[in-house]
Amino acid sequence: MKRLLPAFLFLGLFFFLPLARILALGLNPGQFGLLGGAVWLRLLEVLRFTVFQALASTFLTLLLGLPLAFLFAHYTFPLKPLLRTITAIPFMLPTIVVAAGFNALLGPRGWLNLGLTALDLPPIEFIGTLTAILTAHVFYNTGIVIRMVGAAWAALDPRLEQAARSLGAHPVQVFLRITLPLLRPSILAAAALIFLFDFTSYGVILLLGGPRFATLEVEIYLQAMHFLNLPTAAMLALTQLVCTLGLSVLYSRYITRLAVPVKPVERILQAPQTALQRTFVFLAFSFILLFFLLPMLALPLRSVSRLEPARGQRTTIAPALTLEYYQELFINRRGSVFYIPPINAARNSLTYASLTVLISLTLGFPAAMALSRPGKFARLSDPLLMLPLGASAVTLGLGYIVTFNHPLASFLPSALTKLGAFSSLVTDSLLKSPLLIPLAHTTIALPFVIRNLQAALATIPNRYREAAAVLGASPAQVWWYIDRPILSRAVISSSAFAFTVSLGEFGAASLLARPEYPTLPTAIFRFLSQPGGMNYGQAMAMATLLMLLTGLSIWLIERERVTREL
Amino acid sequence: MKQILSFLLALSFLLTACASPTPSMTPAAPTEQPPTPRTLTIMSHDSFAASQEVIAQFEQQNNVKIAFLEAGDTGSALNKAILSKDAPLADLFFGIDNTFLSRALEADIFEPYDSPLLAQIPAEFKLDPQNRALPVDYGDVCINYDKTWFAEKGLSVPTSLDDLLKPEYKGLLVVENPATSSPGLAFLLATIAKYGDPGYLEYWKALRENGVVVVDGWETAYYTNFSASSGKGPQPMVVSYASSPAAEVIFASQPLTEAPTASIFDGCFRQIEFVGILKGTPNRELAEKFVDFMLSLPFQEDVPLQMFVYPVLPTAKLPDEFIKYAQTAPNPASLPAEQIAANREKWIEAWTQVVLR
Repeated sequence: MKRLLPAFLFLGLFFFLPLARILALGLNPGQFGLLGGAVWLRLLEVLRFTVFQALASTFLTLLLGLPLAFLFAHYTFPLKPLLRTITAIPFMLPTIVVAAGFNALLGPRGWLNLGLTALDLPPIEFIGTLTAILTAHVFYNTGIVIRMVGAAWAALDPRLEQAARSLGAHPVQVFLRITLPLLRPSILAAAALIFLFDFTSYGVILLLGGPRFATLEVEIYLQAMHFLNLPTAAMLALTQLVCTLGLSVLYSRYITRLAVPVKPVERILQAPQTALQRTFVFLAFSFILLFFLLPMLALPLRSVSRLEPARGQRTTIAPALTLEYYQELFINRRGSVFYIPPINAARNSLTYASLTVLISLTLGFPAAMALSRPGKFARLSDPLLMLPLGASAVTLGLGYIVTFNHPLASFLPSALTKLGAFSSLVTDSLLKSPLLIPLAHTTIALPFVIRNLQAALATIPNRYREAAAVLGASPAQVWWYIDRPILSRAVISSSAFAFTVSLGEFGAASLLARPEYPTLPTAIFRFLSQPGGMNYGQAMAMATLLMLLTGLSIWLIERERVTREL
Repeated sequence: MKQILSFLLALSFLLTACASPTPSMTPAAPTEQPPTPRTLTIMSHDSFAASQEVIAQFEQQNNVKIAFLEAGDTGSALNKAILSKDAPLADLFFGIDNTFLSRALEADIFEPYDSPLLAQIPAEFKLDPQNRALPVDYGDVCINYDKTWFAEKGLSVPTSLDDLLKPEYKGLLVVENPATSSPGLAFLLATIAKYGDPGYLEYWKALRENGVVVVDGWETAYYTNFSASSGKGPQPMVVSYASSPAAEVIFASQPLTEAPTASIFDGCFRQIEFVGILKGTPNRELAEKFVDFMLSLPFQEDVPLQMFVYPVLPTAKLPDEFIKYAQTAPNPASLPAEQIAANREKWIEAWTQVVLR
């Protein structure tokens, strides 16, 4: 109980209170005033598009992901582990990096169009189309299909298929009657997860879809920041919350069904034999390299190429390799997009990420310890602690705006004026400090951190501790010699996770970041929406930086994961 | 439990102590210069510009460092200022125009300031009787076209808003999103002044069918999409300012005797830009000085070549190139301020529905 208190206090103030404010604002029909029925029409329209694009993206992802899952589950081929890693990386990349990558490859100033223009061919229009949105979603989520369905496929007992074949079934029949039904739970679970991610898509839509497309997430942002219509934004946020919670419940149902495999058998992988198999493996191999690697390569390459003049620069320039976009990040020019050296954004992001790690570990550790001891209270509080998973980052950002932009005292009952005066002191100082962003990031990372630590704690058999105690170790010694070594890995991977989340988080930051404290993603967004080669180059340079930092973090997580499995 | 609460309490007091500046008990004597310059922050839109020398002059005279916070196009910058009004991002806000003015006044983000310099400024520019927003410059939002492009294609230049619906001009115009951009909103208001409400929606529907391109801000429209700018974009017509052609002459890489762009005078809208002191600034006295500075001759004469708009001060001398190449629309469209205030959000919402969805 005592150990859960800090986490509950934190979530109470920084998750449930903002949520309550959104509820109050969104459910108050008087607020809509002059817009009236138009709001509902708009809501329906946005909801329709959100569902449509999520369905289409999920379908396309499965269409591409299933053959690749088959590839990884059945064949050995050169560089297989590397290729598997390549397909998994996009999932962890910040949306802003993915958007910048596709922009560098296929955008109006991207490599492909530069090439087409050089050949006097008409440029292709990619940014601002539905194709761009779907492509980015497929890029993001194919890794999920490969991991989830691939694992199930590899564990499938090959004798079932062999038996059907020997009884005269056509391969197509075998696939439809045996393989597909057995794979169905894993496919559905993957599809539900992908649908959930696409449903709450934000950065991709905002950056690649352009002004014509709006999902619920984007519309919340537009209503709040463009139209200054907070009640409508709040109502959209509520709709979003209900949808994501429903989808999460659905997903957790599938995932429990997934836990009962037919009979795990280690399938013997083989190199492709027939010409058909060879062709398939070759095509899939090249596809993975092209589709997953090109956007990630286009980005750093574009960040060191000078190809177009800066905004307002009238002289023609010779294409050349350059480091000036990186150098420019350190210069504070009056009249540039920021009034601080842009590199400060990197410093801010690193500070926020470190703070997020610090706060979420401080709060998460005691909570995980309390939860790992079975008890009624722990059982009851578990879902409460996990609830922030259901809220989107944009909703959180909106909640902070409507909560902390007014002195708290204004909506506390008058009986609590004393508390009100105190809390307005808190919010007032919060608002002027750049702390809101790491607090929002902690809210997002905390459930994961608690889960991860809890899982690690559960792996420590109690009799180790008892044995140590019997042998005369003090409680502190028990913790130092038994718990600490086992937990340290979980702590590193939790930290790396919280760090990565905070580093790439764009939704909450796009609503909360004060212009003098930009984060890497908000700075990239700002640069990308500005004209001229210099701004574009700096966007590319920063996105490359963010990609490298994230890559480092992912590497840490993966390394810890692998060593624990060994 | 008790420990945690008292810890949090102590922490929060510590935070507030750090965050709030301690009020100085005795005002410094006017002759005494503080050793380190204070910083005065001016929040503005992305297109704000002023000469280094002119700003440096103010900085030296007042021992202050001026910081410019460019926070997106006018609409976005203003929204940010409103959303953060309890913890202001800056001391002053420059660039709010007559199309967005009432939003700022309703949100009550400005402190009134009766600058002595207002006396020299014509009454037609002073739209806020309480002087919370003080006029600085004006210009006409008009469609600019790329002369060379039209000459090369042998296409005649459209002369009216109606012409833009003709099939030969399909996909040739780029406009700004009125939700975020003040020239975008000004152009929308021009169409409302011309076609009425709801007639303007019919016009925009037809314009959409004729392939109008929408971007978020003027910077992108002009420097990325417009074919006559350095971006060499795909559209030869852009919603910009009647004074923009002068900029093209002044900044041309080779000397020009004729502007490469010109304006179409149908569908122009007169825009007046204001400055205001943001509520709750700790630097009220300095902020007043800066407002006075913006209304004084050196800054007013700097405005034309920096932001390519006209100074509101009638005695300010215009540069030669400006007189020669910049234009004002003969009779720009206008709408009563009350009508804009009452309908702006509804119009923008309806426009979004028709043009973007």
